Amino acid sequence: MSRTRTDATSGMRTDATSGMSTVWHRSRLSRPVPHRARKSGRRGGLPEQVSGWVWLLPVVGYLLAFYAYPLYRNVELSLKDYTVRSFVTGDAPFIGLDNFRDVVADPLFGPALWHTAIFTLVSIAFQYTIGLALAVFFHRNFRLSAVLRALFLVPWLLPLVVSASTWSWMLNSDSGIVNACLEALGLPQVNWLTSPTWSLVAVIVANVWIGIPFNLVILYGGLQNIPQDLDEAAALDGAGGWTTFRHVTFPLLRPVSAVTILLGLVYTLKVFDVIWVMTRGGPGTSSTTLTIWSYRQSFGSLLPRFGPGAAISNILIVVAFAVGLGYVVVQRRQDAA
Amino acid sequence: MSRRRNGVRTAAGVVLTAMMLFPVYWMVNVSLTRAPDMRRDPPYLVPLHPTFSGYEAVLHDQLPYLGTSLAIGLGTVALTLAVAAPAAYALALLRPRGSAPVGFVLIIAQMIPGITMAMGFYAIFVSAGIVNTWWGLVIADSTLAVPFAVLILTAFMSGIPRELLAAATVDGAGPWRTFGSIVLPISRNAVVTVSLFAFLWAWSDFIFASTLDSGGTRRPITLGIYKYIGNNNQEWNSIMATAVVASLPAAVLLVVAQRYVAAGVTAGAVKD
Repeated sequence: MSRTRTDATSGMRTDATSGMSTVWHRSRLSRPVPHRARKSGRRGGLPEQVSGWVWLLPVVGYLLAFYAYPLYRNVELSLKDYTVRSFVTGDAPFIGLDNFRDVVADPLFGPALWHTAIFTLVSIAFQYTIGLALAVFFHRNFRLSAVLRALFLVPWLLPLVVSASTWSWMLNSDSGIVNACLEALGLPQVNWLTSPTWSLVAVIVANVWIGIPFNLVILYGGLQNIPQDLDEAAALDGAGGWTTFRHVTFPLLRPVSAVTILLGLVYTLKVFDVIWVMTRGGPGTSSTTLTIWSYRQSFGSLLPRFGPGAAISNILIVVAFAVGLGYVVVQRRQDAA
Repeated sequence: MSRRRNGVRTAAGVVLTAMMLFPVYWMVNVSLTRAPDMRRDPPYLVPLHPTFSGYEAVLHDQLPYLGTSLAIGLGTVALTLAVAAPAAYALALLRPRGSAPVGFVLIIAQMIPGITMAMGFYAIFVSAGIVNTWWGLVIADSTLAVPFAVLILTAFMSGIPRELLAAATVDGAGPWRTFGSIVLPISRNAVVTVSLFAFLWAWSDFIFASTLDSGGTRRPITLGIYKYIGNNNQEWNSIMATAVVASLPAAVLLVVAQRYVAAGVTAGAVKD
């Protein structure tokens, strides 16, 4: 999973005086003052409206220039027949949806879609499961638990290129520590990065490692919000640890789980650095996802094919937005509940 | 919980953390390994014969890259704050009519895949003739941080008591003064959080660097590592030494500002 940035407008209300740090520690049982209730009656007259928008101008200009415009250019790229020359001169002919047709008809389309699905779903399944197990583990405060939990953030903070190159060397066929361990255990060695059967597994392993901290932190926060007395009541009724988790904790955690998984989907879909540094989508095309394929088309060779590259990245954006929409809907529903 | 179970949990926690951080340890270990030992099978688990030749190589080859990354990181922080802080002030406190969709657009903006943005920026930068400039990367990298920054700062500023602002207005302070003398100082923690993350994301960026700055004279450290892997496949101690150095900002961040980091991760993803 890549770096994660999340919606904060509706999610977090901290009082300015108590400081950000409390978000992490405080159990947030009490619901914050609803946004709308506070907002009403605050709107001033026309001069105040105008001065309000003056403060918003930088961000609106920024969004138009550095989000909307690049997106527009990307769509334009995908609808024209660009070459290296016409990329500079800008006089490429308009060819409608031909680039999209080419991409979908490409023999790599199916495999790339499949690799993207496997990479995303398997990564998330492991990140979420391991993250949840660790969150439950850390939920019982014990000596050093805060320090250890903080250390768990390290993989998430390292530059992805650093993590990816470290894993590359650990998974090296001849000199990697992973194969040395397999050998010591009497297991056959694996050509992690150089065999088409294993390359996708290798990048998933690295990506799961990177994504665990995010899942741990979010799910831990969710656990903090579950009233303690419910657990205690279940224990009084004679429920064991596992039963309590399955029938009390896990169901109560469902909203947080949904948000974690949906955000994970959005961010895992666009993973680039990890795969590119470790395998460049290879060997052959065995670990080529849509993101990697798009990059390969546009920047991966001396003869760039910008049109198809842009078309693939536009397909990707549609998928990401579909998932993102799911995220917004879930958030809204939880807001309403 | 009994004392003994507490102890067992701590022990288990230490073991789990050690397992999780093993790759980080391995990075450091390999960075200190001598070239002849690099291909040893099985590898040395601890650096028995530590060498600093990898780090000498970093000093020799990578300093310009590190300097560029530092400049890009600081530039990104400045640009991000310049755009995000006024926006958050307006969204949280001034709330002009019709500003609500801005927040929604920002949430959506975070979901755009990096490759899509990179291609769009590449097309724009080529036409404008600003590929391979470090400040072009500042613009591109700031897109990683601006939505996050606005959302975090807005959430934080929403908590500022209205009475404080009303009192300032009564005392004759205009919006500018209120922003500079009251809102920003109170929001210091949120500003720190946002700055830390903006710096870290710019420092770590690879996809924008490799598309928008791959031919420039001033390239960031992520490209330095990447070039190293491509060029000298054998000198993994140099590669890992560079990786260790490139991880330093993350380490500093965790030690100095752990509470801000955790706040940044959790912020908003969890619903009350």
